[in-house]
Amino acid sequence: MTRPHPAPDPATLAVLDDRARERLTTLLDDVARDPLRVRRHFPSAAREVARGPLDPTDPDGLLGPTLDDAVREGLLVALADALHGDPDRLAVEVGDLYRYGDAAEKRAVLRALPRLDGIGDEGLPLVADALRTNDVRLVAAALGPYGADRLDPAAWRQGVLKCLFVGVPLAAVAGLDRRADEELAGMVARYVHERVAAGRDVPEDAWLVLDRFPDALRATGLADELHSPHADRRDAARRALGGRTLPYPGSQED
Amino acid sequence: MRIFDPHIHMTSRTTDDYEAMHAAGIRALVEPAFWLGQPRTGVSSFTDYFDSLVGWERFRAAQFGIAHHATIALNPKEANDPRCVPVLDVLERYLVKDGVVAVGEVGFDSMTAEEESAFRRQLELAGEHDLPVLVHTPHRDKLAGTRRTLELVAESGLSPERVLVDHLNETTVTLVDEVGCWAGFSIYPDTKMDEYRMVRILQERGPDRVLVNSAADWGRSDPLKTRKTGDAMLAAGFTDDDVDRVLWRNPVDFFGQSGRLLLDLPERAAADTFEGNSLLRGERATAGTA
Repeated sequence: MTRPHPAPDPATLAVLDDRARERLTTLLDDVARDPLRVRRHFPSAAREVARGPLDPTDPDGLLGPTLDDAVREGLLVALADALHGDPDRLAVEVGDLYRYGDAAEKRAVLRALPRLDGIGDEGLPLVADALRTNDVRLVAAALGPYGADRLDPAAWRQGVLKCLFVGVPLAAVAGLDRRADEELAGMVARYVHERVAAGRDVPEDAWLVLDRFPDALRATGLADELHSPHADRRDAARRALGGRTLPYPGSQED
Repeated sequence: MRIFDPHIHMTSRTTDDYEAMHAAGIRALVEPAFWLGQPRTGVSSFTDYFDSLVGWERFRAAQFGIAHHATIALNPKEANDPRCVPVLDVLERYLVKDGVVAVGEVGFDSMTAEEESAFRRQLELAGEHDLPVLVHTPHRDKLAGTRRTLELVAESGLSPERVLVDHLNETTVTLVDEVGCWAGFSIYPDTKMDEYRMVRILQERGPDRVLVNSAADWGRSDPLKTRKTGDAMLAAGFTDDDVDRVLWRNPVDFFGQSGRLLLDLPERAAADTFEGNSLLRGERATAGTA
């Protein structure tokens, strides 16, 4: 039985020039013939085919793949195709590409996980590794569709909180509407209170969670911060609330 | 004055050094993989170090507006430890990466058979990966080490203009010039070369195929020695163009042979974080609000 030729994403092909498209096809064919060649082609693909933002407003690839992510995804799909029927080998090979990858290579592996038939849960240790870093590129990619579908609730919530902490926009988090819950909202609310008590600004994206769970701030002391004896804390509370009123008695926000 | 330091071990330096280097005109550098002072005892020490050279250190340098590149190798000193030698089997993972611009530092420390074996293997790897080579010459018995180095380079079939022989001085530069390899000079506070002797060598042999570096590391060394050499060149009557050639265009030409220089990458904001660390030592000042 012959398997179909591994096809790169049409959107990627569309932005490549003729030389880059031709080079990518050569690399894909090479991996299809000899899967181990991916060890050479995956790291070098950015300079050999193309790199840089696919979306100029997202230069670091926080919200979606960069051009080099897309090219490298093509190579990983070709690898998964070539190792069809041998998921253990696929897991080892993909794990090694991540282990020896620089940050751009690691991000590309994370982004490609949902498209790798046969990887199963074997990508989860890579997602967990990425979530242990504070590299915004890796944290964002870890919370893509693969992480959204497979991370356990505690790890997923910690990941979302880390996004707020290190500055990853929550637009990068796949399945936020589906997976956000009271517990996440409580964590975010306590984080907001901690920032305000320090007189600091609060990430606007916190409200993407808190607005859906308006009771979450109840258990925090945020309302008290509006009446703090310290002006910096009162100001921080007002800035954080941005005109919202706290949904419980005692709120004096005007 | 724009400066490319072609040999400096930033892993051992502070953010104050990065700031001072940028202020002195340094915009790009190469950090060769080498010994850390404390001997390594296994392969994973090397791979974590290599990861740092292509990861954290590149990120750190970018925050100060400096393009960071690396060379990767098993260094001569640790080629003598059988616990370290298996790192040769994982080098290829790194030799294919963007920003890895040569195999190095390879060469001799004590001129042992083990050193020669690792040196030969890594010259082969350079050929297989189409990379230039950075060769360290020994501190002891430098002339004999340089001579043997050049014999091995000739046997390897690599073309001489892809090989940089480093840490040269008045007694070894002629040998290297005769075969057409690039000549590297490390300018140190009180060993190796100093900037005035460097100027004299430049006056004698001219600015072709020569690289000047600080080789600053964890020992007594000075990351601004490239700038001080540029100043000494100007004081001795060299032109701005001569200085630019020696301190910028020459390293770009040599390491550019790899096709893997990263001189076009944008400078990062100082608040970026990497792998759990922020150079600001805390959460981002602008987290989520920008």
